[in-house]
Amino acid sequence: MTDVSASTDTSFRPSMLIYDRRYRSLTFQVIVFILVMAAMWWLISNTITNLASMGKTFDFGFLFQRAGYDISQTLIPYSADDTHFRAAVVGLLNTLLVAILGCIAATILGIAVGVARLSKNWLFGRLMTVYVEIFRNIPLLLWILIIYAVFTEIMPAPNAYRGDDPAWSMILFDNVALTNRYTSIPTLGMTNDPGSLDLGARITFNWATIAFVVVLIGGWIARGMIAKNAQKVQNRTGFRPTTWWKSLLVMTVPSLFLIWFFGLHLIAPALKGFNFTGGINVSNSLVALWLALTLYTAAFIAEIVRAGILAVSRGQSEAAFALGLRPKRTMNLVILPQALRVIIPPLISQYLNLTKNSSLAIAVGYMDLRGTLGGTTLNQTGRELEAIVLMMLTYLMLSLLISAAMNVFNSRVKLKER
Amino acid sequence: MTKSVFLGTVAAATLLAGMGMAQEGSTLAQVKERGELNCGVNTGLVGFAAPDANGNWTGFDVALCRAVAAAVLGDPTKVKFVPTTGQTRFTAVSSGEVDLLARNSTWTYSRDTDLKLDFTGVNYYDGQGFMVSKDLGVTSAKELDGATICIQTGTTTELNLADYFRANQMDYTPVNIDSNAEGEQQYMAGACDAYTTDASGLAATRAAFADPENHIILPEIISKEPLGPAVRHGDNNWGDIVRWTLNALVAAEEYGVTSRNIEELVRSSTNPEVQRLLGTSDELGAMMGLDAEWAKRAILASGNYGEIFAANIGEQTPIGLARGLNAQWTQGGLLYAPPFR
Repeated sequence: MTDVSASTDTSFRPSMLIYDRRYRSLTFQVIVFILVMAAMWWLISNTITNLASMGKTFDFGFLFQRAGYDISQTLIPYSADDTHFRAAVVGLLNTLLVAILGCIAATILGIAVGVARLSKNWLFGRLMTVYVEIFRNIPLLLWILIIYAVFTEIMPAPNAYRGDDPAWSMILFDNVALTNRYTSIPTLGMTNDPGSLDLGARITFNWATIAFVVVLIGGWIARGMIAKNAQKVQNRTGFRPTTWWKSLLVMTVPSLFLIWFFGLHLIAPALKGFNFTGGINVSNSLVALWLALTLYTAAFIAEIVRAGILAVSRGQSEAAFALGLRPKRTMNLVILPQALRVIIPPLISQYLNLTKNSSLAIAVGYMDLRGTLGGTTLNQTGRELEAIVLMMLTYLMLSLLISAAMNVFNSRVKLKER
Repeated sequence: MTKSVFLGTVAAATLLAGMGMAQEGSTLAQVKERGELNCGVNTGLVGFAAPDANGNWTGFDVALCRAVAAAVLGDPTKVKFVPTTGQTRFTAVSSGEVDLLARNSTWTYSRDTDLKLDFTGVNYYDGQGFMVSKDLGVTSAKELDGATICIQTGTTTELNLADYFRANQMDYTPVNIDSNAEGEQQYMAGACDAYTTDASGLAATRAAFADPENHIILPEIISKEPLGPAVRHGDNNWGDIVRWTLNALVAAEEYGVTSRNIEELVRSSTNPEVQRLLGTSDELGAMMGLDAEWAKRAILASGNYGEIFAANIGEQTPIGLARGLNAQWTQGGLLYAPPFR
């Protein structure tokens, strides 16, 4: 404070709110806060007045009325007699299904393409560039429609499989039928069915499924312990014991035993009446949506992966080579851990994008949350505001959950700086 | 002090703005001021509402829009057609985007009450049917067990379909589609075995096929679908105008008033009912804020109900619908306009 008058005159004048640096930022913050609050209040009061003038109420009671419509793909039992709430849950599960499938496939494809784009093979690298540029620069909705159209127009109707000399025949040892409505795949049958665990609300899990999940997780943990033990031995003696056959055994043998124990076998679909029955009919809308979301998002993920790898300075790999590490080890021990630090945060955004983009499902009649709660339910009940608010909250929750889970993962892989 | 004054000003301004947004004038005044009627129609259903080769909307529902525009604005061409899907149509009405919805919409209890719409009559008595390809060898809807069926989302047909298959203990797989055009494409590609919607819609869709003779509409009609124009709930005068414009078209057919003989009847008719309808005696138009000749203009726009029917969906057109239930009550149908007095 070099200004003498400011230090001597301590009384507060209103003009100081703007001209005095001590108060200025506070003043602007208060003004912005008031404006934001006023805007929100205006929106809310406007909504309330308009709802009142239309004679509408804000009421979620409709969720517990009879839905009355059918849904083509239901992961939990559902009939037209169930409530709109259950229909919304069915839709949410369909959203989750395509989002999870999409995230997994997009990650695998994205990493493969991202690495391939850095390939020393000129043609291969350029091909990947073409793929990335085509897919990320054309709107997703068009890809969904194009892929769906390809399925419906090129595949035959189930009728083509009929008769003694059908125009089309099933593939993969008569197990899979491709049609313009769905891909019919075999379902799993059991000669020794252990029954199901009833979770209430007509949601059941077969004990065999639970057994498989437990055994697979157990196998994974055992594999981790074997690797940890090998690490210990290596640290102590300098030699890493062979572990691959041990890992393979703990990962596969228990599952094989369960397959034998439950008498697991494939039941191939058969054409009966209008459609294939007996197997699982994976609708083309799901496949088209999944493919489109995967191909589109993988293009972005490929760029993220490429950027992540390029972000690791060349000196790192040169240093690793100088120490005598082979290229594969260099990748696993030096490059990837550092690249992941760059890759994970934008990858989270891509997962969120994919999940939210899945709401384009309605374009191909895939009944996701947008199709049930935000589509048919909204239409049949006329509760636009409630349905949209509920849908926004659900997508928000879903995104925050994905984001939280990925942040936990990120904090585990990020560079530990000491 | 300064802050609280500022806050007070913001609050007052917000309150005023909020009230300003909620204010609404009468629909009639809005339409007159705009000089154009916003009419919600189908995105494209030949015979009911579809743009022709020159981009002019024509069809059975379109004719009603034009009649209302002629009655209110004096010019049947002053209509802005807003294509709406099964999903968007009611929101378009309640949000005020359209003044009138003439889009093959079924009059149901919950739509009339809970959705805050007012249906102002029935312009087509319809029922839900099924269309299948002849190759399928199906002759009855009862044989559709296990079939894949294309259906427009957000329609009453979606609920009827579920009810019908449950009642008959049959299974089906719904393929949800958004518009008639998409349904047509899916059906033609064989992605569904049957297409279901109102029987009139099926006939109209089939008429647009390259090979209409290879597709049949099954005899079962599984529901009552009274299709009618709808307006927003709460503006009774506007509802009256739409209701009585439709009634005027129906009454005109009953009294033999056509677009051809109307000028002559205005001069010479001695039938008091016709005189009141055409505004040569009494002042019926003034009772709902229109002039005396409103009904005359409405009839002149595209003719009376019978003329509109014959020109757009009748047996002489490719759609080829018989009058059936939609004949005048004097001919054994259900059309019955209340008296004009």
